[in-house]
Amino acid sequence: MEFEVLVQLKSEVLDPEARAIKDVLISQGISGIEGVTVAKRYVVALQADEAQADKKMEAIASEYLSNPVSQIYKIKRLAT
Amino acid sequence: MTKRLSAVGAPRVGVIQFPGSNCDEDCVDAFDRHFDIHATRLWHQNTELPPVDALVIPGGFSFGDYLRSGALAAHSPLMQQVKKFASRGGPIIGICNGFQILTESQLLPGALLHNMSQQFICRQVTVKDEHGRQFSMPIAHGEGRYWLDEKSLSEIEDDGRIAFQYCLPGGSTTFEANPNGSVANIAGVYSKNKKILGLMPHPERATDSLMGGSSDGLIVLRDFLNRI
Repeated sequence: MEFEVLVQLKSEVLDPEARAIKDVLISQGISGIEGVTVAKRYVVALQADEAQADKKMEAIASEYLSNPVSQIYKIKRLAT
Repeated sequence: MTKRLSAVGAPRVGVIQFPGSNCDEDCVDAFDRHFDIHATRLWHQNTELPPVDALVIPGGFSFGDYLRSGALAAHSPLMQQVKKFASRGGPIIGICNGFQILTESQLLPGALLHNMSQQFICRQVTVKDEHGRQFSMPIAHGEGRYWLDEKSLSEIEDDGRIAFQYCLPGGSTTFEANPNGSVANIAGVYSKNKKILGLMPHPERATDSLMGGSSDGLIVLRDFLNRI
């Protein structure tokens, strides 16, 4: 099975990359830009018991793929 | 200079090497040349820690800075032993990438994020310590923007755990003195027991007046040895 994990900075942490993208989009005259968020996407192919898979993925995301001090993550199971 | 700064006998210092460490030999050289201490190089995959009195986690780009700076190194086998060493009150200094590894290991508070400018910065900076002493040392990093939430920031402020702040020559911690956008101009922090120090500037690169005109790093290294 495959999982998608999106990791991004917490909303209270300034992301200069996201800010630069937003500023450029606005400077291009594109209307309606309210915000830009940059996230890193990981796809993890995992062989695990169905009952254990979500828990295992949660541990990988919280302990390795993200830093709880500055980041949040979201896990989605991909259709196979 | 060398003799005057040799404040301790002959402590056993270990310098940890990860794939991608590149300031390890500079650290070994600084201790050898200026303190007559022959540091032991320790490979990150070791599962045992030899008897040491202090540990150095040097700068570099461990594991190519993949995932996040210091994140993969924080899970190296030897880091389990480093955590035990820390829990016994052993002194540890983490320089630049070593600081990032210590925050990723949660041995130090906070996180080190991409510089506000999104650029790698390599230049001499002035920092001041908690006593107001000023030091001129180089920084060389892309991810040195120290961040932690407001509550944690006031905690470490109250505990006197802000080890170094970027400042102007003279000591004021202004916005213009802050090279990377760190909160409260923070360049280095201590652990709760003050035995663990992480800092972005490189004291080992400021150990001789031939190197950028400053040997202020020797004072930082000497203070570290005095924590043994």
